[in-house]
Amino acid sequence: MTATPTRLELRAISKRFPGVLANDSVDLNVAAGEIHALLGENGAGKSTLVKIIYGVLHADEGEMLWEGETVKVADPHAARNLGIGMVFQHFSLFEAMTVLENIALGIENPGDMNALAERVIEVSHAYGLPLDPGREVHTLSVGERQRIEIVRCLLQNPRLLIMDEPTSVLTPQEVERLFETLRQLSTEGVSILYISHKLDEIKQLCDRATILRGGKVVDSCDPKQETAKSMAAMMIGTEVRPLSQREGSSSEKIRLEVQGLNLDSDHAFGVTLRDVTFSVREGEIFGIAGVAGNGQNELFQALTGERPVHIAQEILIDGMAAGRMGAAARRRMGMCSVPEERNGHAAVPEMSLTENFILSGYGRMGLLSSGFIRNDAAEELSRRVVKDFNVKTAGVGASAGSLSGGNLQKFIVGREILQNPGVLVISQPTWGVDAGAAAAIHEALFALAEKGSAIIVISQDLDELMALSDHLAVINMGSLSKSMVTAKASIDEIGLLMGGLHGMTEHQPGPNGGNANVV
Amino acid sequence: MSFKVEKRQELDLRLFYLTPVLAVVLTVLSGFLLFLLMGYDPFLGIYYFFISPLLSSYGLAELGLKASPLILIAVGLAIGFRANVWNIGAEGQLTMGAIAGGGLALALIDVQAFWVLPLICVAGIIGGMAYAAIPAFLKARWDVNEILTSLMLTYVATLFLSTLVFGPWKDPMGFNFPQSEMFAESATLPIVLEGTRLHLGVIVALLVAVTGWVLMTRTIIGFQIRVVGQAPAAAAFAGFSRKRMIWLSLLTSGGLAGLAGLFEVAGPIGQLIPSISPGYGFTAIIVAFLGRLHPIGIIGAGLIMALSYIGGENAQVEAGMPQAVTGVFQGLLLFFLLASDFLARYRIRFEAHTAKRKEALAP
Repeated sequence: MTATPTRLELRAISKRFPGVLANDSVDLNVAAGEIHALLGENGAGKSTLVKIIYGVLHADEGEMLWEGETVKVADPHAARNLGIGMVFQHFSLFEAMTVLENIALGIENPGDMNALAERVIEVSHAYGLPLDPGREVHTLSVGERQRIEIVRCLLQNPRLLIMDEPTSVLTPQEVERLFETLRQLSTEGVSILYISHKLDEIKQLCDRATILRGGKVVDSCDPKQETAKSMAAMMIGTEVRPLSQREGSSSEKIRLEVQGLNLDSDHAFGVTLRDVTFSVREGEIFGIAGVAGNGQNELFQALTGERPVHIAQEILIDGMAAGRMGAAARRRMGMCSVPEERNGHAAVPEMSLTENFILSGYGRMGLLSSGFIRNDAAEELSRRVVKDFNVKTAGVGASAGSLSGGNLQKFIVGREILQNPGVLVISQPTWGVDAGAAAAIHEALFALAEKGSAIIVISQDLDELMALSDHLAVINMGSLSKSMVTAKASIDEIGLLMGGLHGMTEHQPGPNGGNANVV
Repeated sequence: MSFKVEKRQELDLRLFYLTPVLAVVLTVLSGFLLFLLMGYDPFLGIYYFFISPLLSSYGLAELGLKASPLILIAVGLAIGFRANVWNIGAEGQLTMGAIAGGGLALALIDVQAFWVLPLICVAGIIGGMAYAAIPAFLKARWDVNEILTSLMLTYVATLFLSTLVFGPWKDPMGFNFPQSEMFAESATLPIVLEGTRLHLGVIVALLVAVTGWVLMTRTIIGFQIRVVGQAPAAAAFAGFSRKRMIWLSLLTSGGLAGLAGLFEVAGPIGQLIPSISPGYGFTAIIVAFLGRLHPIGIIGAGLIMALSYIGGENAQVEAGMPQAVTGVFQGLLLFFLLASDFLARYRIRFEAHTAKRKEALAP
């Protein structure tokens, strides 16, 4: 390699979680002073890898070399002592405390508070990250809060700084400023491991990129020599994916229509939905692709009525304006849903399966008589879900929390399908579910579409969307792309849309552009 | 050796229902110790406090008399606590119920009709509800912490009652004592056990507890309350309105506290006076938790806490102990209950201490 010494080297790191191989014999070299990008889709294994480096997780196999010596990092404390700092995507700050107090809580030897305050001012100004140590955190913007995390790392003189999607919460100006700081650190010899899926940022900032896909290192490159397009291809892969075998719906009847939907985010890390427009016909499965945190949760809430929108006409269910309706009213109109999070959102973990059936089925399935719950009927329906969807459980009296992820997901999907929805909105239908359960869920969705329901699948798993959907669109920063026919969609274009480059392909059609899904 | 506290995967149900018993036992034991330290005969102290009140029919009737407001209020509070709505101001709602119902009783003092009693009961309920509506509105509209608002409003209510009985509602024939006229026969609760003060309220309290049980376990409203409390996101998914639950639980607990207040003034007291409750509204919070927020458990817990009032009075009279002893016992009970709850939710694991940190860095 080059003359610069290797700061961090990973050799054949593997990490297995139940049902997934998150990291599969990953090799990685980071030189001193290098800004190194880790690029990959969701679930590619980026986060697992950096958590292993930072000592949050431990590798099953492989070794880690720090400046040429083998080390075992037991916990983040040990990582910090080595000189590794990490800035997480979502910060952990105490809002009611001052900047200084938050910093003191997060470092190893805070020492005298006045001296620390001076160092905070000194370091923060040296790196163009001005901070007032006495300010209370709740008065700060998201960008300023991130500075606290960065300064907290810098105070410990790190030699490797890990940044997990740092720009997802920043304005363009803040991003520019952050990049200057990172470049300055790099010239001072600090290595930076930069996790992102934003291709243009990586091109701008990074010296080298390692691309992960499905837990493996598939490629590495010099981002400055690549185009966004070629990196997108590396990230998503160009191998032929199992394509949807579906003919698509021939019906013209639109069951769900979304027109110019807008919704402000309701918290600091949220995304504002802007002018989302699409429609789903009878018998159609519509996929929404995108990298996590680009407005999927907000879109799910807006579609299902968990957060009604301001204008009724923005959402039409079977032609009826439903935008201002709540979740219960939309369910009565035939819209059922499956949220991404099973425990605590789609189901109450402490409650029995029967009670969890009542949760979403009480209205549509006639489980009430003058306010009293018809327990027998609810029990019978839960048993039917358990039987029809092959849910492995001790019985319908078992608590939802006692089921494995796959079995609970089958129960939840089955619960909604049994209610015969006209429109089904389903988020991450097979997230963390074993292959058998995933196939069963896909089959059930096909069967439901066959019966004339319109299905919206929000997923970060592109393979899944390719296999399931008739049409798909990509969500990025709260905007939805134009919808395309899945069978004719170009992987390159989807990759670019996911990387936040809307309309790039129209202007720069590359030599390999066009249809990557030749069947 | 060091130890580690771990959250249990699932709540240990056996421990969950056993801990209230453990808390009572520990309270008695520390009471024993306390009496000893204060220089009283601990055996005699325990006897006066916990046993002698149970030996006469008068004592038992008094037990029921004191338990009924506690049960009535605690059933309402438990509904709110299940929905994560923390009404700490039942004492104030009790006072407002007494003022509303008692005021109406004073206005109808010359009316001898069967409908007077039901009417003042309704007025008592509405008084309590209206007062609980203030924290409910503030929380539903601006997310103002109901613990603070309901608690602070309590002091407003007690001072308002004093203002009334020291001023406009003072009995002109009462030798300038701060008290209203005695209520008419028609505005007084009938006695259910001849020769004692046990009134109709005790039956109402039992009925309310049973109704509360049916509501929580059999109806969609109880189901919604439980889901909102256990998994707010799942409640949003199901379309249950959190705001509706805030209103529902505060109005229910406020109404029941108001009824309890009316029962006090239309029962054993028979008129409005500056102090109508020995802190039933606060003690009911302990009762609700001691009864595991379960309406039937609350009946048992209400009886135990009632015993602490009567036992405390008894110990004052028979052994000359200070009045504060009642409060001390109630506090001890809640303390031990919360502390032993910890064991049902967490497990403590002991482990040998090693120099893990050093090892971690070794090559």
